[in-house]
Formats: sequence, structure tokens, C-alpha cells
Amino acid sequence: MKRHLLEAADLDRADATLVLDTAAQIDAALAGREVKKLPTLRGRTVVNLFYEDSTRTRISFELAAKRLSADVINFSAKGSSVSKGESLKDTALTLEAMGSDAIVVRHSASGAPHRLAHWVRGSVVNAGDGTHEHPTQALLDAYTVRRRLGRLEGVRVAVVGDVLHSRVARSNVRLLHTLGAEVTLVAPPTLLPVGVGSWPAEVSYDLDAVLPKADVVMMLRVQAERMNASFFPSAREYSRRYGLDARRMAALGDDAIVMHPGPMNRGMEIAAEVADSVRSTIVEQVGNGVSVRMAVLYLLLGGAQ
Amino acid sequence: MSTYLVTGARPYGEAPADLLLEDGRIAGIGPGLSAPGAEVVDAAGLVALPGLVDLHTHLREPGREDAETVETGSRAAALGGYTAVHAMANTDPVADTAGVVEQVWRLGRDAGLVDVVPVGAVTVGLGGQRLAELGAMADSAARVRVFSDDGMCVADPALMRRALEYVKALDGVVAQHAEEPRLTAGAQMHEGDRSARLGLTGWPAAAEEAIIARDVLLAGHVGARLHVCHVSTAGSVEILRWARSRGVQVTAEVTPHHLLLTDACAESYDPVFKVNPPLRTDADVQALRQALADGVVDAVATDHAPHAVEDKESEWAAARPGMLGLEQALSVVLATMVEPGLLDWRGVADRMSARPAAIGRLDGRGPLAHGRPLAPGEPANLVLLDPAARSVVDPAALSSRSRNSPYAGRELPGRVVHTFLRGVPTVLDGKAQR
Repeated sequence: MKRHLLEAADLDRADATLVLDTAAQIDAALAGREVKKLPTLRGRTVVNLFYEDSTRTRISFELAAKRLSADVINFSAKGSSVSKGESLKDTALTLEAMGSDAIVVRHSASGAPHRLAHWVRGSVVNAGDGTHEHPTQALLDAYTVRRRLGRLEGVRVAVVGDVLHSRVARSNVRLLHTLGAEVTLVAPPTLLPVGVGSWPAEVSYDLDAVLPKADVVMMLRVQAERMNASFFPSAREYSRRYGLDARRMAALGDDAIVMHPGPMNRGMEIAAEVADSVRSTIVEQVGNGVSVRMAVLYLLLGGAQ
Repeated sequence: MSTYLVTGARPYGEAPADLLLEDGRIAGIGPGLSAPGAEVVDAAGLVALPGLVDLHTHLREPGREDAETVETGSRAAALGGYTAVHAMANTDPVADTAGVVEQVWRLGRDAGLVDVVPVGAVTVGLGGQRLAELGAMADSAARVRVFSDDGMCVADPALMRRALEYVKALDGVVAQHAEEPRLTAGAQMHEGDRSARLGLTGWPAAAEEAIIARDVLLAGHVGARLHVCHVSTAGSVEILRWARSRGVQVTAEVTPHHLLLTDACAESYDPVFKVNPPLRTDADVQALRQALADGVVDAVATDHAPHAVEDKESEWAAARPGMLGLEQALSVVLATMVEPGLLDWRGVADRMSARPAAIGRLDGRGPLAHGRPLAPGEPANLVLLDPAARSVVDPAALSSRSRNSPYAGRELPGRVVHTFLRGVPTVLDGKAQR
């Protein structure tokens, strides 16, 4: 493993598989235990440096670090020195001086974790940067697929929605490709980046044509602000063309699963009856997120010792 | 005023000759000149070119003296072989009145290292709403001939038409920063494969090309001169080529960084490579080099854009766009144009001195002229460089007050050894003289 986890491309197939296997071992080790805690990272300090509001990812990382017995510091930009104008570099050096071993960073600027990794000696874990990547989300998604379907090689994954602005999509395309899955991106052309043709993925504008062949349908959140910028005419039209409702779900194969990184817009990209169906892995993904993040922190901080 | 005898130089890289500089003029050029009492400057083997002229420099004064001043920028320019630089108008306050352009012009004269030629804003406060008093700036002591809202595009087509028409009476030119703002909202880098992967909002080539296409049509329609700043795409080159074939009076410049660097630099997320227009693809770089060789692009202009450390040592999106250029421009042209055989030294003199001076109307100013050939009777503005020298760029060693050089750590050919402004050395043996 590299020292940092900044993007999915930092993981080759062996490393990615190691993370998933480690997560599985952790799950097995903690199953049925009353005290869900391992002593692995005792005495190590993990800082959650969150420049964007994110309840689920921050809590997931916090829980992961605590279950490994690390000391956890939550540093959110609001109400801190950051709101007084402190630069990312100064904040990083301050945290470093306080002895942090790993910084988990969420930032609205693409590439912010890369810059951070430049300035600190400890490990940096990207917890989502702008419209760039969110590698632990892709790892937990891959872990979820593997648990449900038993494999990743050759699995056909449709990633549906706002690919242009989605860090989840970028990380998933890269990681799923590394792990041997076949990805098809489905979106209106306005929500696909210019240059998407160079990605290791197929591209389609037609959800109905893709669904019957998909083993996994991964729905992306569509943010309300996109509606005011002419990416599509209306929420209703988006939902008609790219939303996953019960009718479309019926076109899926018997074992196909439906995923969503959350938070969902029920009734927009995903209908309630789909989100709550047995195909849905949405709640499972949240649980798997903790295990996968434990594996990442363990391998970055403890694995070498 | 001292007399200088520059010995053994190779004018335009050709046969060695001595140059006698007297009373601000070139008194003689030829082998074996003697001038008793003259100070001798050894230039054996050095290439002599007319002093360089930059059409596009940001000196940051007034307003951001922490990033650059007229004096520090002038020193950087002299060390780069320049004898005249056009100072862009996006200062604080904006150079949109006779008062501000005269202030900048006087600061340049006091620094005494290069002629600082102020550019006037096209619109009040660069606001793109109404014309600044272009005539007052033209008639001021600063004698403004180039007008630009650089940093901002004159996006309103009706206003651009009026500006083009109006400056005809001033023998002026509008230098357009070609960027359709509605197509570049939030843009961070060239839109293509790399922006898609890096998750940085794209700046499409079409946003530049659409404005250039519109403006050459307008300039042709009203019979005015148009200059296009920092052309960055292959498509822009094609539009310029077409416009010239139709007889439109359009000139264009390319920056050193767009001749050398590509959007691959953004992979590091190091904002030292963030610039507007952005670094483009290798195909664009090749097209720009060819266009400069063909003369479709007239001039190399630095777009020297100093920024304080805190404005660059940040996340990409938070950083200001722009990079230093004055001290390395000639080296980059040597590496990208001369060494590959696209341009000879006369070509370099044309693209970095004669043509930019002509665009800025500096070539007809008698003893104060720039861009004149190396010939007896002409103003003694010249640069002497060693094309065989190579060195690694160290930002800390630069004379600019800022450090945002995209060439840091890169080995480049060529070294400016001496620079003369009207017969007075501003740089001797690589050292600024004031």
C-alpha cells in the first residue's frame, strides 16, 4: 500500500483486494462480540478534517478509528480557525505539529487532499474532494457487491446519474475497472464530462437499454442546484428518463442489486419502493463503510508494523 | 553619457561584429571597431538582438505591491532582455484614467530599467459596462495606444464594436482577453480528458474561439485593429489564419508557457500551473509553435502574472490564475522555437521585438522607439545572450517579488548576459545595474 489514499488509482488490484479481504476479516473478528473494538491503533491519532458538511462519512470514519482504538479528533471548518481565514496549509501544519498520524480530509476543492499530502508527513485519506474522488466510498461499494454477488470479476455495473459532478462515480469507475468489473455510465449527455470517452467504461444515454444486462445498478444523487443550470429541463423529466422506479426495477435480472451512496432524493433518482426493496443494499452500504474504513486505516497506519 | 563598445557579438546570431553605442544610439556596427575612451563590454560569442518588447505584463502596482512593483517587475524584465513592457490595466485602482496610467508611467521612468508603457482599460473598472476615457489616456504623458480589459473579456458585442471603432481615432488597438464568460463559469483548467478525470471544471477551447471569431468579424466590419491576447488553442489559430486571409487587421500573441507546457501539469494539483487561459493539449502547443513560426501569431507576450505565496500555496480552486514569465521568456522561445529549427534569430527579433513594438506603436517614436533593427543610427536598445548556457530555474533566485514560476526545477537553455536601454546598461554580466 502507498502511504496515502488519495484516489482509487492509488490501489492496484492486489492492494484493493487486500483492503476488501481485511474488511472481511475485521467483520468476522467483530461478529458476535459484545465489545466491538480492536486494540490495533491504540496510541495513534486520526484527525477528521472536514471542510464540507458530511454527517455519514464523518461518523463512519470516526467510528472506524474508534473501533481500532485510535484517538480521534474531529476538526470541522465551521467554528474553527478556518472560518477566520486560516489556509489549508497552515491548518495541516498545525495538525501535524499536534502529532496526528493520519488526516482524513473532506474538501470542496478537487485535489485538496493531494496538496495536503504534500505538506504533512503522516497519511492522508481522501474522504471526498470536490468533484474528483471518494475512494473509500468506492471500496465500500466494491465490498458490498462482492458480499452480495460473491465476485467482482465480470460483474456488470451501471452507474446512473450526475456523473459530471460525482466523485463517487470517478472513484467507482477506476476501482471497479481495477477489480475486473465492467462499468456502464448512464446519464443525459449534459451530466457526462467532456473527455468521458477516455474512461475505462461504456457510456449510454438510455437507462432502459442498460438495465436488463446489469448485475448492479448504482444510482447517483442529483443535486437540486443542477436544475437551475439547464443540465436537464425539470426534475420530473429527469425522473422519467433516468429515475429508477418499480417499473424499471422489474426489468432487472433476478439477482441484480440496487445501490445508492446516499443521501437519497426519494422520488427523484430513486423511487421509495426501490430504495426499500430487497434488492436495495443502501443500508448495508453504510454498515460496510465502517468495516472498509477500518481496513484502510489499519493498512495505512498499522499494517506496516 | 558614457560610450560603450560591445565587442565580438553576433548580431542576429550572424557574423561577429562590434557595436559602438553612443548618445543612446548605435553609432556603428562592424568588425574591429575602435573607440578610445569607450567602456568595453566583452560579448564574444553572444547573440545580439534588439531589446525585447513585451505586450503583456502585470506589474501589480498600484494595489498589490506585495506581489510585484513597477520597479521589481522592471528589473525582472531587464534581466529577461526586455527594454519595454506594456503594463496591464487590471491594477487596483484600475488603470482606466489618465491619472493612473501616468502614475504607472512615472514609476517606470523612475525605476529606469525598461520603458514601462501603460495599457489602458477599455471599460470603466474593467466592468464591461461603459467605455473608459480612452482619449484622455491616449493624450496623457503615458501615450496609451493599447487598450485592454485583460483578465476580463469585453464580452458585450455592442460595446466591443464601439471600442474597436473608437480607438481608430487614437491609432490605438483593443487587446482582447478572449473568454466567453458564460462558458467558463467556475472553470479551472482546459476541458478535456484530464479535467474529466481530475474533477476540475473545464474551460472549453470554444469559449476562446467563439470570442475570437466574433471579434475578427467585428474588426473586419468596422475596419479597426484588433489584437488577441494569449492565444491558446489550435482552433484559435485557424480562425486567425482565416481572418488574415480576408484582410482583417488582426494581430495575436502567444505566451511562453503556452508554447511549452500542457494540461498534464494540472495532474499535480499544484496551482503554480493554474493560468487563464489554461494550459492546453500537446496538439495545441504544436499548433501554436507553428503559428508563431508562420507569423499567423505575431508575437510572444509573457502574461507575466506575479502572485503572492498565499495566493498560490493553496488548493487549486482557491488559487489565483497566472504565472511568472519575464525572466524565462527568451529561454523558452529558444527551447521551443529556435532549437527545433522553427525560428532563426531574426525571427526571434521579429516576434519578440519588432512586431510587438509595431502593435503597440512604439516603433515610430524616434529616439524613444523600440523594436528597431540593429543598425547605425537606431536607438541602442539591445540584449546579448549566451544561447549555449543552460541552467535550472530556481524561483528563489528570480528578481520578481513573487515566486510562482512554472519553470521551477526545469532546465532551460540560454542566459541573458547584457541588456542596454538607449545605450545604458541595465544588465551587465547577468546582474541588474540598478
